[in-house]
Amino acid sequence: MKISLTINGREVSADVEPRTLLVHFLREDQGLTGTHIGCETSYCGACTVLVDGKTVKSCTMFAVQADGASITTVEGLADNGQLHPVQEGFWERHGLQCGYCTPGMIMSAVGLLQEKQSPSEDEIRHAIEGNLCRCTGYHNIVRAIEYAAAKMRGEEPPPPDWEEEEVSV
Amino acid sequence: MTTRTGRRSVQGGIGESTIRPDGVPKLRGEFMYAQDMHVEGMLWGATTRSPHPHARIVSIDVGPALAIGGVHAVLTHDDIPGPGLFGLEHPDQPVLAGDVVRYWGEPVAIVAAEDEDTARRAAEAVVVEYEELEPLVDAEEADARDEVFRRMKIRRGDQEARGSVVVEGYYEVGMQDQAPLGTEAGLAVPDGNGGVDLYATSQFVHVDQQQVVEALGLRPEQVRAHPVGIGGAFGAREDVNLHIHLCLLALYTGRPVKMVYHRGESFTGHVHRHPARMWYRHEADENGRLVRVEAKILVDGGAYASTTAAVLANACYFAVGPYKCDSVAVDGVGARTNNPPCGAMRGFGAVQVCFAYESQMDRLASALGMDPLELRRRNALATGDRLATTGQVIDTPLPVVEVIDSLAAMPLLVDEPGSGGDLPGGSGLTTEPRHVRRGVGYALSIKNLGFSEGFDDYAQARVRLSPEGAIVETAAIEVGQGLVNVLAQIARTTLGVSRAEVRHVDTSRIDSAGSTSASRQTQLSGGATHEAARRLRQRILEHYRADDLDDEGVWRGDTLVAAWDDLVRDGWEETVTFRHPPTEPPDENGQGKMHADFAVAGHRAVVDVDPELGLVRVLRVDTAQDVGKALNPESIRGQIEGGILQGVGLAVMEELVLDRGRIRNATFTDYLLPTILDAPDVEAILIEQEGSWGPFGAKGVGEPPTISSTPAVVAAIRDATGKELNRVPVRPQDIALEEEVAR
Ligand code: FES
Ligand code: FES
Repeated sequence: MKISLTINGREVSADVEPRTLLVHFLREDQGLTGTHIGCETSYCGACTVLVDGKTVKSCTMFAVQADGASITTVEGLADNGQLHPVQEGFWERHGLQCGYCTPGMIMSAVGLLQEKQSPSEDEIRHAIEGNLCRCTGYHNIVRAIEYAAAKMRGEEPPPPDWEEEEVSV
Repeated sequence: MTTRTGRRSVQGGIGESTIRPDGVPKLRGEFMYAQDMHVEGMLWGATTRSPHPHARIVSIDVGPALAIGGVHAVLTHDDIPGPGLFGLEHPDQPVLAGDVVRYWGEPVAIVAAEDEDTARRAAEAVVVEYEELEPLVDAEEADARDEVFRRMKIRRGDQEARGSVVVEGYYEVGMQDQAPLGTEAGLAVPDGNGGVDLYATSQFVHVDQQQVVEALGLRPEQVRAHPVGIGGAFGAREDVNLHIHLCLLALYTGRPVKMVYHRGESFTGHVHRHPARMWYRHEADENGRLVRVEAKILVDGGAYASTTAAVLANACYFAVGPYKCDSVAVDGVGARTNNPPCGAMRGFGAVQVCFAYESQMDRLASALGMDPLELRRRNALATGDRLATTGQVIDTPLPVVEVIDSLAAMPLLVDEPGSGGDLPGGSGLTTEPRHVRRGVGYALSIKNLGFSEGFDDYAQARVRLSPEGAIVETAAIEVGQGLVNVLAQIARTTLGVSRAEVRHVDTSRIDSAGSTSASRQTQLSGGATHEAARRLRQRILEHYRADDLDDEGVWRGDTLVAAWDDLVRDGWEETVTFRHPPTEPPDENGQGKMHADFAVAGHRAVVDVDPELGLVRVLRVDTAQDVGKALNPESIRGQIEGGILQGVGLAVMEELVLDRGRIRNATFTDYLLPTILDAPDVEAILIEQEGSWGPFGAKGVGEPPTISSTPAVVAAIRDATGKELNRVPVRPQDIALEEEVAR
């Protein structure tokens, strides 16, 4: 089937099999391997992208369903090489280890911050409850999103936790 | 001539929470994970697996699979040009099953085809006729039938010693999965001369390379294993799984072959944490001093050896925990069954026994009417003492008392039970807030760092100078923990330059760094980097009769005697193989110096429990951890927070459920991993003490967070409910219903 859509601001037309999942279309056909696969069963969130501004787990959607849509993947976030504030937050606040969950986490956070400028910690937690991370324990991911929210509001981000780190000798 | 303006201090050295250098590509979606690799002309591989836990293979018909268009190869045991066996410690596992399958999901045939779907269809089209055999799925029965990988016997001190206060207990630990978020994946590329380059998920490329060579009867120089990006590990990537299959298919077809496991296949395709059954008897005097500890430890190794022997040994050596005791008897069995093979997972044997001995310490405290922390303080092991089990004198820092005191001094930062939005049953109407009960529990742990029992444990690293600064070359795997940070920090501080980065090289270009496991890379590869940088700096200074090296070059007083570019042109480099202090195998009573170093940690958990529904919410897990020297405090904190959550997972949710050898819940829908809503708050105190042999006195930090967090959570649930809870994970029915796991 022929589909046309916008991916990261670029017009794309393609011929896809009806059974092709959006995540496979992005990774295999478009070479956008920043969108990861962790479970194929809509549980882990590693495949999260924005479809018309809404977060979607791209393993739960067929490519043909994205016909006419505008899709943003993690590769489309940085602006002329300048990291998106959410990406910057994950970097500055040590929000990743292996990084496998990170693109999905980032896209969920971007989705949240598009809707809420000043989410509470609770709202942040609920926004990423569908994204699994096996490495970090999530703590720094919350800090990363708080950092991004402040940045996007034009405020100074809160200082990192480790500036108060307790080291006893 | 350049005149010096005064020495700048090195930025990004040890002790700083430097930001990880691989962060940007990971954040941009540009980092190359094994799953993302692609080369022109590559084929896709897939695996045919046994649907039975134990069966004789009567016949295999590959015809229907080969008949599918686009299929290039369907290989079975008979196509392997070598011994066809592999194994991390003992090569007992067939690359592809020959006449018998010994566990559910064991590979029987492999396929290469033009695309992934075709490969999977072909794998399903292979017709295997089986004659089912009775599977041995009970570890106790395996013990009785002497189906074992290893037996351990530890006897120390006066075996007649008796205490006046005695507690006995039986404990079980379920089978946990590492569940790294990235599944197994890899690519093998034939070199056209009978050799192959392997790029696959791994924690230890040199041992992968060696197993490929041995299993396929190749020469060592024919196989190169390359470090690649991986989505977590936690022990699951220490063993070979798709590696030999990929090489075999690539060599057979003459084409690059890629393979990616789906999540379900990942659950069957890698080893798990050993389930354990443990019988304990603690005897103490009326002051709470341990007089004797007896334990029997049975771990289920599943169908093949993997690291069962070493996991069992660890469980036995740390069976008493970080406590003094002069009369000990431990018997251990690593059973061979038809269950899924078990091997390395974060904590490696120390996890299972920690649940048991800490439960025992709490029982003992309650029998004595003593505060649980006070009981632990009275028995705390310290530097200069002997490890209760092996008798080894501990000659590196062991701050057990400091861990206890730090935990006791940490404020309990929690509000009233049942208040706030997050109740045990979530934020809905599931839990009645008035019925919520709060509990607090403590646990301590000890574990060895690095490999033990006389294993020649070493890591090689090379430091060289390049136009971009110093380069650390290594084959040590970055699993997410931040090795790319810490090795660069060590190089910066030691050389005195502010630009340093880590580059991974393949097995043909550097000797082994050993495994990224056993909390060992900061100490071992860090030690190699430290020593290589130290020698390199010293050689350069001697050569130029100079007194300092920095980003600009070599200085004699205020005079720059050689610029950085000159040093780069002269090709200065230094390669070092670092070994930790030697260890030895145990004697017939399990005595000896089996370990190079130890780390201790303590955890305090606070939980809210809905006793009617059996639901638990872990509010906080605070910790104090022995780190030697914190080289990157924020990376350590990352290990602590992530490790604690895996410990919480084992305490209340994570278990592979088996039904006569078959895994019932091999999906993320059914194998529950902690989400952010399950994650407790964490406060961490890092305890630094000088004297360990790691670089700058650093100790490994990866495993301790996972070890005592589990028993701390269970102790807190017991505190809230009064239940005995002798099994993890604690299930709702264990709390809400009357029955205990009987023994
Ligand atoms: S891969 Fe889509 S949710 Fe896991
Ligand atoms: S950083 Fe590894 S899964 Fe999140």
